Amino acid sequence: MAAASNATSLESAPRILRLVAECSRSRARAGELRLPHGPVATPVFMPVGTQATMKGITAEQLDALGCRICLGNTYHLGLRPGPELIQKAQGLHGFMNWPHNLLTDSGGFQMVSLVSLSEVTEEGVRFRSPYDGDETLLSPERSVEIQNALGSDIIMQLDDVVSSTVTGPRVEEAMYRSVRWLDRCIAAHRRQDKQNLFAIIQGGLDADLRAACLEEMTKRDVPGFAIGGLSGGESKDQFWRMVALSTSRLPKDKPRYLMGVGYATDLVVCVALGCDMFDCVFPTRTARFGSALVPTGNLQLKKKQFQKDFRPIDPKCACPTCQKHSRAFLHALLHSDNTAALHHLTVHNIAYQLQLMGALRASIMEKRFPEFVRDFMDTMYGDPTLYPTWATEALASVGISLT
Amino acid sequence: MKLSLTKVVNGCRLGKIKNLGKTGDRTMDIPGCLLYTKTGCAPHLTHHTLHSIHGVPAMAQLTLSSLAEYHEVLTEYKEGVGKFIGMPESLLYCSLHDPVSPCPAGYVTNKSVSVWGVGGRVEMTASKFMAIQQALQPDWFQCLSDGEASCAEASSIKRVRKSVDRSLLFLDHCLRLQEESEVLQKSTIIGVIEGGDVMEERLRSARETAKRPVGGFLLDGFQGNPTTLEARLDLLSSVTAELPEDKPRLVLSWMLAELHGRQNWSAGVLQQNGTQEEKQYVDQSKKMKTASGNQEMTPFEINLKEKKYREDFDPLVRGCSCYCCKNHTRAYIHHLLVTNELLAGVLLMIHNFEHYFGFFHSIREALKSDRLAQLKELIRRQA
Repeated sequence: MAAASNATSLESAPRILRLVAECSRSRARAGELRLPHGPVATPVFMPVGTQATMKGITAEQLDALGCRICLGNTYHLGLRPGPELIQKAQGLHGFMNWPHNLLTDSGGFQMVSLVSLSEVTEEGVRFRSPYDGDETLLSPERSVEIQNALGSDIIMQLDDVVSSTVTGPRVEEAMYRSVRWLDRCIAAHRRQDKQNLFAIIQGGLDADLRAACLEEMTKRDVPGFAIGGLSGGESKDQFWRMVALSTSRLPKDKPRYLMGVGYATDLVVCVALGCDMFDCVFPTRTARFGSALVPTGNLQLKKKQFQKDFRPIDPKCACPTCQKHSRAFLHALLHSDNTAALHHLTVHNIAYQLQLMGALRASIMEKRFPEFVRDFMDTMYGDPTLYPTWATEALASVGISLT
Repeated sequence: MKLSLTKVVNGCRLGKIKNLGKTGDRTMDIPGCLLYTKTGCAPHLTHHTLHSIHGVPAMAQLTLSSLAEYHEVLTEYKEGVGKFIGMPESLLYCSLHDPVSPCPAGYVTNKSVSVWGVGGRVEMTASKFMAIQQALQPDWFQCLSDGEASCAEASSIKRVRKSVDRSLLFLDHCLRLQEESEVLQKSTIIGVIEGGDVMEERLRSARETAKRPVGGFLLDGFQGNPTTLEARLDLLSSVTAELPEDKPRLVLSWMLAELHGRQNWSAGVLQQNGTQEEKQYVDQSKKMKTASGNQEMTPFEINLKEKKYREDFDPLVRGCSCYCCKNHTRAYIHHLLVTNELLAGVLLMIHNFEHYFGFFHSIREALKSDRLAQLKELIRRQA
């Protein structure tokens, strides 16, 4: 394999992002991703369908909501049902019958979330399968091999992920290892014409490490960059600064994917900071706990206060749940064992996220993004003294004042 | 409402029930089944996924056990349970209990019957029962009745007699209350025929109930397990012989194939669909179901959890036109079951329902074209 620092080892990566509009004040951009399974408008929120399913809603329902890209997870699918079977089923698209785009995570995040089952070395991550106790080594090569079999439109490098609350030499080790693993992923990638390999910027909460990572990784000509290692237990104050640092050093003409971000406020702020793509389990997971997302926060529909509330979740929401059902009915259904209750909320929460991104995009295109942000914050928090400080500061740093 | 028969074949009635619903313009085919719901919603299915199914019945079954505790909510809502659950277009039948979940015995008195909701027991006198129906405003509702003797495996003749007597008393009381209620003029009371396994009592219940101005009859006690079922199927035709021809007959059952595999079609029943989730459905070649693990499989079902389906890229049933069969494979369903994903229930419910509704369509078609005997034979051969 050619040395990875030689940019020509990877044929010139396609420019998959076409910018359509940019905010003149902040770093917000609206664009369009050109992917093998169709175009995707940005900024975009990608719902997470870990095990080849969007948690109780059908592919057709997801399509009807306007979703054009969602996530699958290499770690889980690699174990069950395994890449060989999925390949036989015409890839992940064929297996789950999803006609639009798919992005697969490398399996790296599970290192953090399932750390008791894993051990990291230069070779890769050694996992013990929670299902049959078998040991597997997830190396950069193996991760790319699995993702090649899955056939997702965007694949992620295997990165050495450390929790954002970890400090000390481990963070630096993980950062440099991630660079080396990026090169190994690039070298192992067999389907550059069909699948876009993204790098993942690491470096934890250390500005110097992150800057070093940015400098190294942007030398590699990949079609897109993810900002990783955040959205864990770190303070929001540190979080936004690392995002802002990352977007300031990433090329403008390539998509910026901020991993694991999904709360509405975080999405709005990070769009302002220049991110294009987001994923998070939050909206779909919280739905399964009976929580509906609304412009003012969320409604815990199992609570007694909704028993006789005959309004829809959000009168302005166009989703099928809000068109047909009241909070009172959903309250009753949530207290039964009919799983349809969860599906109704999953549909709504995904619609909420997609509608928010659509509204953000429209405001950027129509040159009123700063006003949109101000209205959003006002609706969400009401009183300016209740605005989270980190959000106010982050927005100020890109020229949007909330007063 | 008006029931008109096109044809009767060996006692099997083919026809239509017309002038149904609040606006009096809806129709149902018989023999037919109802759409089973839990807390006013088909199991696993939202409106969107429910309506991807072909042949969804015009009438849905609601259970009082899942709705009684929302009496206050529905009273305040005022507009009836159909609108509350997001099914304003559907005809609605309210049964007392959920056919799938048996309820504890010993809670029927001379004055009241109890149902069990998530919040616990709801005890209903005839007055309370009718007040709840006023809030629900269903098109049809099962009258308050004592079904314990019919649900139990072995009841003393004394207990059986009591259940018949009590049910008649409840019926008369409810009919009186209905007269006094303007709201309930548009709802039809379905009389309940009790009597357990005792032919004499079943006949008595049928004759007496038939004397009352009910809109139809529920033959109670067929939602039980296979052993009680066998004996009772023989009762069915004797009982239905006592009933007026121009009123529908309902049976609650989740042992559909067993019911129909027998000679039972000659009783000409309109089935309630007491389908347990992911349970059963019939088709001309085979039925399928997912194992809930502890159920006994009938020959018409396949258990998608079995390893042999892991790499099976066929649809559940070749030629089936349901959303699941048109879009997904057995291998995918197997994966969803193995990984405990919610979508498994959704897709299987879609398939099972479409199959089930298709089965009734087949029965009607067979009756229409005089091929009932062939259909029975086909099913018997697959058993």
